[in-house]
This record gives sequence, structure tokens and C-alpha cells, in this order.
Amino acid sequence: MKFTTLLASAAVALGLGAAAYADGHEKTKVGFVYVGPIGDGGWTYEHDKGRLAVEEALGDKVDTVYVENVAEGPDSERVMTQMALDGADLIFTTSFGYMDPTINVAAKFPNVKFEHATGYKRADNVSTYSARFYEGRAIQGHIAGKMTKSNIIGYIGSYPIPEVIRGINSAFIHARKANPDVQFKIVWAYTWFDPAKEADAAKVLIEQGADVVLQHTDSTAPQAAAQEAGNVVTFGQASDMGQYAPFPRVSSIIDDWAPYYIARTQAVIDGTWESTDTWDGIGAGMVGIGEISDAVPADVKAEALALKASLADGSYHAFTGPLNKQDGSAFLADGEVADDGTLAGMNFYVEGIEGDIPQ
Amino acid sequence: MDLSAINPILLIAALMSAATPILLAATGELVVEKAGILNLGVEGMMIIGAICGFAVAVESGSPVTGFVAAAAGGAVLSLLFALLTQLTLANQVASGLALTLFGLGLSALLGQGYVGVKPPSMPDISFGFLSDLPVIGPIIFGHDPVLYFGLMLVAAVWAVLRFTRAGLVLRAVGENHDAAHALGYKVIRVRTLAIMFGGACAGMGGAYISLIRVPQWTEGMTAGVGWIALALVVFASWKPWRVLLGAYLFGGITQLQLNLQGAGVAIPVEYLAMSPYLITIVVLVILSADKSAAPGSLGRPFHASG
Repeated sequence: MKFTTLLASAAVALGLGAAAYADGHEKTKVGFVYVGPIGDGGWTYEHDKGRLAVEEALGDKVDTVYVENVAEGPDSERVMTQMALDGADLIFTTSFGYMDPTINVAAKFPNVKFEHATGYKRADNVSTYSARFYEGRAIQGHIAGKMTKSNIIGYIGSYPIPEVIRGINSAFIHARKANPDVQFKIVWAYTWFDPAKEADAAKVLIEQGADVVLQHTDSTAPQAAAQEAGNVVTFGQASDMGQYAPFPRVSSIIDDWAPYYIARTQAVIDGTWESTDTWDGIGAGMVGIGEISDAVPADVKAEALALKASLADGSYHAFTGPLNKQDGSAFLADGEVADDGTLAGMNFYVEGIEGDIPQ
Repeated sequence: MDLSAINPILLIAALMSAATPILLAATGELVVEKAGILNLGVEGMMIIGAICGFAVAVESGSPVTGFVAAAAGGAVLSLLFALLTQLTLANQVASGLALTLFGLGLSALLGQGYVGVKPPSMPDISFGFLSDLPVIGPIIFGHDPVLYFGLMLVAAVWAVLRFTRAGLVLRAVGENHDAAHALGYKVIRVRTLAIMFGGACAGMGGAYISLIRVPQWTEGMTAGVGWIALALVVFASWKPWRVLLGAYLFGGITQLQLNLQGAGVAIPVEYLAMSPYLITIVVLVILSADKSAAPGSLGRPFHASG
């Protein structure tokens, strides 16, 4: 008896829902899946700023929902499925590890549009988008090379995926250009977000002599560790992390997803959405460089800004030959520029970096 | 490879600090489980402790007050669990999971004004000339007071459980609550106190992360430490000194693997990254080959009518 009551009420609820939907109540529903909490002060925080910008720009025409702290893997598949069942028209999945789950769920919901950040697998209803963070890394590498006194630069990696390796290579190339004696110490944290572990990793690097710490993890914990150490330079990652300026944070890479999110949502509303692959950098405004603080000498700051300008207008590419791979084999000839395919799948260090990439 | 880059003294000092949050939370949970209660809400109580301690330390300017507040915050949250499981006889597993989810959400709400704030720092205890001794100084005499408190807590819990009447009553309640009830012991009162003790310890463990180890507030910053503490209690077969061993082993290998990575040791990073979990489990499983078993009434609901 109880079961039939339940079934009946579910049917009524469904009917009501459908009626409300047919009632011209057709807001476009946009879902966001986040890998960390929106208060991480970094990666997820910036994605959520993009979501709020969509709400602000499109007002009544959209409804946004989000789920934070979604583990990469099967758990994310469940969250995406639920979002699609709840009537989402467009779903942004904002971490590399959501790639296969996004493709799987998208196959089950052909009418729902998906946008996967930083991945490379697309389908008719799955777009990918990413930012050329490595352009920002080039600027960081230059400043880091100029600022280090111990010539040891620490780098906290998250997972050994192309996006992170590209960043390490770009930072290293430009740090070496600024200072030929520079060495990189790389520690893989195997997490995007774990403040205690990130702080530990930063402390270890500092104990081992690094006086500049670059991070490719999402929280501000390494900044706090550097602040405590007192004489260590850091850079904001994904978000400005301006609360640690002017020192230890001397600059930052800021992801600005808002224009893209607004444009894509508008495209769904207009019915013009198509599966695309977007990869924008400093020039298009998707990658911002946070203010370079006064802790950086004026000449270094000027060089960094000139580098930024040349990256933005396309007159310089962060991966310009001559460059060799770590094993000494040729990567790019003199003046040659890396193509996007090579960059997207980058799985090797450039010459000069010590250590192996975990495979 | 450059092993000379690793400073063993700093490594040991760092591992003690890294192990303290797990140690505090696990010791508290050990007492709870000894009383026959399975509280899966450790993670939630830790994160509440982390934000309560952080907020109060920032407002009052005193990290010690912060730790007291963290203990209070954890204990208050655990009262909710006590209410659900002891008075309304709700399922302990479900209530504990709910407590974790609730704690994570509530802490995010409470912490909104504290992102990016720098807390007052807790000075290390000065032992005078002892702190300046080579090797021993930084390892034994160069820490913050909470770390020593954690060690004393383990000793105290061990002594109380083993040698005092209160400890005997607590264990009796955990082993067989019906028998303890028949003997006239207040099962629910004992368990509620144990739950609050566990909450206070977990709260302090959380505050150790937000006030000393990181130190900052970030949403979700305990990132699973509570679950490791829970697992540790089981693998340590409900013995305080083994909890200490397990926590130090785990903290130590976590630190060591980061150090080895930094020094460029040619062991694949994946193995290094999983080694803390693996080695801690292996060692504690080998140790637990004796006949120690879980408390008899662990996880079973109690009602005086039973």
C-alpha cells in the first residue's frame, strides 16, 4: 500500500513538474561541477566567479546550479547524471579528471550540452575549453629566475598531466633564460586540493633550499607556508591570492572564465551552440596576470610586462626553438614554434629539468 | 639524486608536527569506540574545530583560547551525534556520516569571513638551553605546546583506560552494555561523555591544521584526515600506543616521500605517494596479530529496556 502511495505521489509530482515546465517557465539551466570547495581561493573560486557572472549577465533567462567537492572519477559521473536528470541544459565540468565521465554521461543525454575544462575528448554535445596558462607560467618563470638567490626553484605539481607538465616546462625555459644556473625541484602532491599536504610540500621544498615556490595546486596553503618561512617568493595560482601580496606573492596567474561562460550560455539560449575546442590565452583575456608587486625590482617587472605584451599580441610564443627534450633529442628547431597538438599532449620535460615524469 | 638535501633532523621535527592532527583525532575516537560507539563524524568535528579555533584565535588574538574554543566546538557538534544515537537511538553509521556532511557545510558557512586572514601564531615552548642542543634540541625540545599536549593525552588515555575505575567502567560499557547496565552503570551518560571527549579531541586536531600546520582557513581543509584517524583506530586494535605509532608512521612516511621527491630519488612517485597508507597498514596489521578484538558492543544501539 505504502509503495503504491509513493508511486502515485511521485507520478503527481512529475506531472506538476512537467506542467510547470510547459507553463513557459523555460529558463536555461546551467550546471557546474567543481573539484574543490568554492572557497578554495584558487581554481574553483574562479570558476564560481564565472558562474556568478553568468547569473548577473543573463539574469532571469538562466538558472545555475553547482556541486562542489566532487571527486574525479565515478562520483563525478553520478553528479553529472543527476544534474542532467534535473533538467540542466548546459553542464560545465571543471577539472581534467572529469574527462571520461563527461564523455560517458554526454552519450546518455544527447540533448544536454557539456563543456569540459582542460581536456581533449570531444563529442557532438561535448566542447572543451582551456586557457593557455603556460603563457602566464613563462612570466612567472622569468620573475622566478631573476628573484632566486639560491638558484633552486621549487614546484608543487598536482598530477602529471599535460597541462601541468606544460606549465613546468614553460616556467623552466624562461627561468633558465633569465638565470642560466637555475635548478627546478619538483614535488608531485597527487591532489588538486589538500591544504595540509600542499603546505607540507612547500615546507619540504623550502627546507631543501628553494627560495621561490611555484604551485599548480588550488589552495593558498603554500602561500601561508612561504609567508611563515619569511624569505620565499610565491605566485598566486588560478586566482590572484592577493591577500598574500606584496610578499610572498609577487604576481599571479588569474583564470577569467566569465566571458566564455556567458558566451556559451548565450549560445545555448540562442540555439547556436556547437561543439568547439577553445584554447585562449593572455591575448583573449582568459589568462590574466595579477599585479606584479613592488617586491620585484623595477627592471625585472618591466621585462615581465614586456614579455606579457609580446605573448598577448602573438609576437612571441612561450615554446619557441631552439629547444631540446630532456633526453637531448631535438624538440623545436631555431625559431620554430610548438603546435597546439604537441602542447596539448605534452608528456616530456625539456632539456635541463632533472627527474622523471611519473608515468 | 641528492640525499644530502634531506635534513633528517628537520624531517623528524616535521613528521611530529604532521602526525599531531591525526593523533589527536584518533585518540579521541579510540575513547569513543572503547565506550562502544562508532562515530564516523570525526572529519566533521575536525573541520568545525578548525574553523571555531581559527575564528576565536583571530578575534581574541590568542591561539590558546582558539584551541579551547576548537575543543568546545567539536564537543558541541558531537553532542548532536549523542542526541541522535543515545536518546533517539538513530543508526550510528548514518548519524556519523550526517555529522561529517553537516560539519563540512556549517564550517564553510562560519568561515566565510575568514578566508585569507592570518591567525596569531603559536610560539614554540622554550626549554631554555635544552632547545639549543644539537639534534635533540629541534627534535624533542623545539615544538609548540599542542604537540606535547597530544603526547600527554595518549599517555593519559592509556593510563586512565588501564588503571582507573573510570576506565574500567568505560570499557565495561563498551564490551557489554547490558551487563554494565545491570550492574547499575549509567550507560548513556558514560557514552555521551565519551562522545564529547572524542569531539573535543577531533576539534583540537582540526584546529592544529588551521592554526599551526598550514596556518590559514580554507574550506574543506581537513581533506580526509578524519577518515585516516578513524581507520588508524581500527588498525591500532584500540590501543593508545599503537595509535601513536601509527600516526607517527603515517606522518613520517608522508614527510619522507615528499623529501625523497624533492631530492629526486629514482623511485616512481606513485609508489612514494601511496607508501604512507601501505606501510602504516602493513605495520599495524602485523602488530594486531595478537588476540585483541573490537569492543563487544561497538556500534550496537542500547536501550535500558533491552
